[in-house]
Amino acid sequence: MFRNIRKIVHLQKAKFSAAAPAPQTNPEILYTGLFINNEWVKSSDGRTFQTENPATGQVITEVQQTGKSDVDRAVKAAKDAFRLGSPWRTMDASQRGVLINRLADLIERDRIYLASLETLDNGKPYTAAYYGDLGGVIKNLRYYAGWADKNQGKVVPTDGKYFAYTRHEPVGICGQIIPWNFPLLMAAWKLGPALATGNTVVMKPAEQTPLTALYLAQLVKEAGFPPGVVNMLPGFGDAGAAIVEHPDVDKIAFTGSTEVGKLIQRGVADSLKRVTLELGGKSPNIILGDVDLEQAVEAAHHALFYNMGQCCTAGSRTFVEDKIYDKFVELAAERAKRRVVGDPFRPDVESGPQIDSEQHSKILNLIESGRTQGAKLVAGGSRAGDKGYFIQPTVFSEVKDDMEIATTEIFGPVQQIIRFSNLEEVVERANNTVYGLAAAVFTKDLDKANYLIQAIRAGTVWVNDYNIFGNQVPFGGFKQSGIGRENSEYGLRNYTEVKAVVVKLTEKNS
Amino acid sequence: MSKVDIKYTKLFINNEWVDAASKKTFPTINPQDETVITQVAEGDKADVDKAVSAAKKAFHRYSEWRTIDASQRGRLLLKLADLMERDVKYLAELETLDCGKPIKNAENEILWSAGIVRYYAGKADKILGNTIPADGEVLTFTLKEPVGVCGQILPWNYPIPMFIWKVAPVLATGCTTIIKPAEQSPLTALALAALIKEAGVPAGVVNVIPGYGPTAGAAITHHPDVDKVAFTGSTEVGRIIMSAAAAVNLKRITLELGGKSPLVICNDADVEQAAIIAHNAAFSNGGQCCVAGTRTYVQSGIYDKFVEKATEIAKKRSVGNPFENVDQGPQIDQDMFDKVIGYIDAGKKSGARCVVGGSRIGQVGYYIQPTVFADVKDDMKIAREEIFGPVQSILKFDTLEEMIDRANNTEYGLGAGIITKDITAALTFVKHVRAGSTWINTYEHIVAQTPFGGFKQSGTGRELGEEGIQQYLENKTVTISLPKKPLLQ
Repeated sequence: MFRNIRKIVHLQKAKFSAAAPAPQTNPEILYTGLFINNEWVKSSDGRTFQTENPATGQVITEVQQTGKSDVDRAVKAAKDAFRLGSPWRTMDASQRGVLINRLADLIERDRIYLASLETLDNGKPYTAAYYGDLGGVIKNLRYYAGWADKNQGKVVPTDGKYFAYTRHEPVGICGQIIPWNFPLLMAAWKLGPALATGNTVVMKPAEQTPLTALYLAQLVKEAGFPPGVVNMLPGFGDAGAAIVEHPDVDKIAFTGSTEVGKLIQRGVADSLKRVTLELGGKSPNIILGDVDLEQAVEAAHHALFYNMGQCCTAGSRTFVEDKIYDKFVELAAERAKRRVVGDPFRPDVESGPQIDSEQHSKILNLIESGRTQGAKLVAGGSRAGDKGYFIQPTVFSEVKDDMEIATTEIFGPVQQIIRFSNLEEVVERANNTVYGLAAAVFTKDLDKANYLIQAIRAGTVWVNDYNIFGNQVPFGGFKQSGIGRENSEYGLRNYTEVKAVVVKLTEKNS
Repeated sequence: MSKVDIKYTKLFINNEWVDAASKKTFPTINPQDETVITQVAEGDKADVDKAVSAAKKAFHRYSEWRTIDASQRGRLLLKLADLMERDVKYLAELETLDCGKPIKNAENEILWSAGIVRYYAGKADKILGNTIPADGEVLTFTLKEPVGVCGQILPWNYPIPMFIWKVAPVLATGCTTIIKPAEQSPLTALALAALIKEAGVPAGVVNVIPGYGPTAGAAITHHPDVDKVAFTGSTEVGRIIMSAAAAVNLKRITLELGGKSPLVICNDADVEQAAIIAHNAAFSNGGQCCVAGTRTYVQSGIYDKFVEKATEIAKKRSVGNPFENVDQGPQIDQDMFDKVIGYIDAGKKSGARCVVGGSRIGQVGYYIQPTVFADVKDDMKIAREEIFGPVQSILKFDTLEEMIDRANNTEYGLGAGIITKDITAALTFVKHVRAGSTWINTYEHIVAQTPFGGFKQSGTGRELGEEGIQQYLENKTVTISLPKKPLLQ
């Protein structure tokens, strides 16, 4: 259960520092339209929007912008593809698995291109895009391909002379709204279970990062999915709202901010659409005094700074036990100062830019609040460079629980190191948040680990590591970090509607 | 006769091709013309010992096979499926050459088997233990561990599918195996071993030892380092294996044995459609199918009409060179040929009415005419014993209630079917018949997702589906004492 941290951290670094095949620094943009019914179309009201390269602030390309009537068209296509007797509804479940595996094959074929496009549109280091994002996409799709013909219902020994069983049916037309921090990965996490269980999809990628989702749509067609099964609608919140409000959409899945999550929850109240939400977090990373200090510092560093801090599970409250606190802060600050920030296509770069100017300003403001509220700035603290949305890796120590930087989700490269002295106290403080997405415990002690594992109110608890995501493991939040779980067998439930069948017999059958 | 390139005729141990330690070989016969196709290395105890040693090493806790991700095992299985589809034509020709089944069937069976490999590929990282709300201050969970080194002994009637049914769950669960294909049909097992190596499965995980039952087979079932044995074949040999397992080290066992499966056709059935289903149920694979519908019970209201239809269809069944477009090839070998002819003679002597066939075809090759007996009685030899040949026995019944008892009046319990429109009759029959696979308005629909196996002396354990994976797992319960502190809610 408690593997050696040294091996894990080493493996994580090794995985990403093995030389990835050379990127395409100027990838060709092939698809910028709306993808409805396996066809590329322009937006019906003629609107377009621009997507930007956050490393330079320059426009990459113009993309068609989805309006309400486009949403109507897409939902209609998804509905047709879902009708009883359609090719999608009548193919063997195992055949759905074959198609999803084929999609994974095509993504593997175009892995370099997709990773390059992701880096261009999102700003994340290419090495991370190639290994982390694309690796995760391929694995997730293959994982759910394997579930397609294994979503079994039950036969139950009911009272009376009846034969009773359950059918696990697809829930129907699914509206899926995904964020900009892991664009293609989030698309895969949503599509995998929805398609495996036989649903149809209308997906809206984030306006900041539409490009890889659009290329993915073309691969969906190439893989052989029938028209209307997957529809891809680039656009803004208004397109998302139209999807949420559409009467023919049966289910909404959303990953993004808690604020928008609440809007969606309210938005479906009348129609009672099934909803799953993956929202924000302010996850505690609890480091006890018995750890190997260097390894713990390294792990905590990655827990926060990975993906430029733009991770819903970022370990953004690093609780460090008193007796190692000062040394920890020293090493953490040193490590942050050494973090390489720059052109995300360079293989040695660890951090690219933040996603856009809005996030950039928000983060700088929160850094300012840290200063004014009395936290001690020990690394970074300002923007980096003079073009693009770069921020220096920033570390605050002597952070108090009530400071804004300790309560508000920053979603940027800002690490808060907080002092604690005993377990009961840290549990209360770790749980004292509206969020509950993830948490971690670093210790060698079996009993202390078990105590914290049980006590922390979070959907994922890591022990002696951080940000480990396996498709086999469920992911989601307690409290205002979300509703429902993605990945794993649990993820199937979000896309399954249970129908009970009870057949009258003339004699008792058990 | 097709010229098929035979690439592999040696033992496959530790991803290498080796001669038998004794240097002995045995012939594999072409059932079309009784000639020798080729010599194959003949494995015996010394070779089994080497193979078990390799399989044991590959199962060591620090081996590559034990330390790769479960999802990676799935990837290897997907690769194997791709390779089988790539080589479908070659594998089908080899299969038909070695066991005489029509080549179209061989091809379909390979594609079906590749689908089964894909099913288990998807299963590899979905084998779940549980965390349990146990009494006491403990954290309790279960680990589903691979059972270990497996010995798997295959029959000759569906060489490729039977190889895949055995090897796929082994690979999905992370076990290792020594496979002994039937001596009548070793060639495709060796070709599949080559594909397994090509797919990237580490050395020692899969080993294939062609040879005979009393020598190589017995060495496997008696080996103290084999944790589990799986066998498909006759009930008689199944008993021998069960004794061996008990005697040596209490190996876990799964057995897929014989059958005498009833297919029940009710008055409300469409006679023509029912006759077609019943025909295929009896004659598929020349009747060489453990779950063949070998007791065709027809309700009295449609009996005569049914016998007429069944006769008509059987007369049209084409038998000949399996490389051509025929329904049926030769039976597998001289032994089975003699046995089937013996049963046909017994049927005639017992007073059943032979309405079609009843003799061998030609002078060379193990060809037998599709044979239909009507007016068969439950106590006749042909109604009680497994014939394993192209012989359909038609019996009459009056009521469903009577039928349930007659269906169950056998030591076997592999399959059963009923053809009727009545929902209650259908569900009642399948509920009360003691058989592992039951079909309503179809027969022998066996796919990757559906568990298959027998009640009573038709076997123990299930293959395919969710249940199929259970046989290759051993449950370990882990209980951790929790700290004796008051916990926050």
